[in-house]
Amino acid sequence: MSKSYKIIVVESSPLLVAGLKHMLSGHLSYDVVAVLESTEKLHDKLISLKPDIIIINPLLIDYTKRFMLKSMLLKTPPVVCIALVNAYVEPAVLKQYHGIIGLEDGKQKIEAKLREALQNDHRNEQKDNYELSDRERDVLIAVAKGKMNKEIADQLHISIHTVISHRKNISRKTGIKSVSGLTVYALLNNMIDEREVK
Amino acid sequence: MKAFIFTEKMKLSDLLSVNHHLILMIPRFGIEFGFGEKNVKEICEKYNVSTSFFLLVCNVYTYDDYLPDKKALLATDMRSLIPFLSASHDYYLNERLQFIESYLFKIADNCESKYGDTLKRFFSGYKQKVVDHFEYEEKTVFPYIDALQMGKPSKSYNINQFQSIHSNIEDELNDLTNILIKYLPCNLMTKERVMILNEIFHLSDDLNKHSLIEEKILIPYVEFLEKDNI
Repeated sequence: MSKSYKIIVVESSPLLVAGLKHMLSGHLSYDVVAVLESTEKLHDKLISLKPDIIIINPLLIDYTKRFMLKSMLLKTPPVVCIALVNAYVEPAVLKQYHGIIGLEDGKQKIEAKLREALQNDHRNEQKDNYELSDRERDVLIAVAKGKMNKEIADQLHISIHTVISHRKNISRKTGIKSVSGLTVYALLNNMIDEREVK
Repeated sequence: MKAFIFTEKMKLSDLLSVNHHLILMIPRFGIEFGFGEKNVKEICEKYNVSTSFFLLVCNVYTYDDYLPDKKALLATDMRSLIPFLSASHDYYLNERLQFIESYLFKIADNCESKYGDTLKRFFSGYKQKVVDHFEYEEKTVFPYIDALQMGKPSKSYNINQFQSIHSNIEDELNDLTNILIKYLPCNLMTKERVMILNEIFHLSDDLNKHSLIEEKILIPYVEFLEKDNI
């Protein structure tokens, strides 16, 4: 049997809370363990109940802290955060959440969004990591040696699409876009030897 | 920021005090300093520069989201466009890049030779790319536009060809800043690094506006000329 996920709902509207609970009831994977009307006790509940997911109305968070979701949750166990949106919320605030549920979403859509957020959870952890992964190093070395995407794909047995996505991540992490710049990076970090550069 | 833009009745010295980066534009138009209290129109006329185009450049370089609409573009006298772009190329290549190169090579000579050589090779490659980029514009695009302005359209070339190959020469500069800030291991040379980084940031800003003028002013203008000449 699959794991059951514990959920805390933070929402002040009884109508929305009842509706959301109804949508999630009958689904064995999700278990609403607490409902809070404000964020006041959220911190304590996060520690005592250790939920997997919180579904929270971003507007209930004090506006000075609304942009700093991550730092708010720094001292609590990691949790997937879903925004429950019933009014306009700035995109920059929503960007912090792993998923967004709106008033139009039906039962299936909500379930799909929760599932997706749970899966994406780990990927999000990695995005904060600015070290190159082993695979990215392989791709970078090949790029620095002057190889084309197609050649790199063949050599590493991955698709061209994957090569391109690795290259995007490399540029994001290093801040270097041009092939010649990446070659300098690889040489400075002793990833390749001067004689290997065409 | 449409609320405030420069006009021909303003004193040129006032423009420069609003945005001191505009001092770089003065020599590119062949204007000499010491212009006293004269306004933009008087000075442009004295140096035979198109007043409307001069203002266009000053506005683009000063207000980040300023771009002329089609009507304003067609009302602009473009005779100073090509001389201005050519003078800018000359300035980038023979002054700014020269300066960056001399400091970069100083830094390179102070590094372990395998790092230093890499750095030199990177910069020489970049400089060549810039030379080729400008040369294509000077030898192919600008003469084509000159002819077009005189009512002599070419059969074999059109501005779409330029549009499709107009390459980006800013990526490598940005890469160079990251290399100097984050990755080049040799210590010391802090003073040189600061100088060169400062220089690169200025040049990048300038090049950004330069590409903006080529892509949002030169290309639409030439497209209009092409239609007019058919």
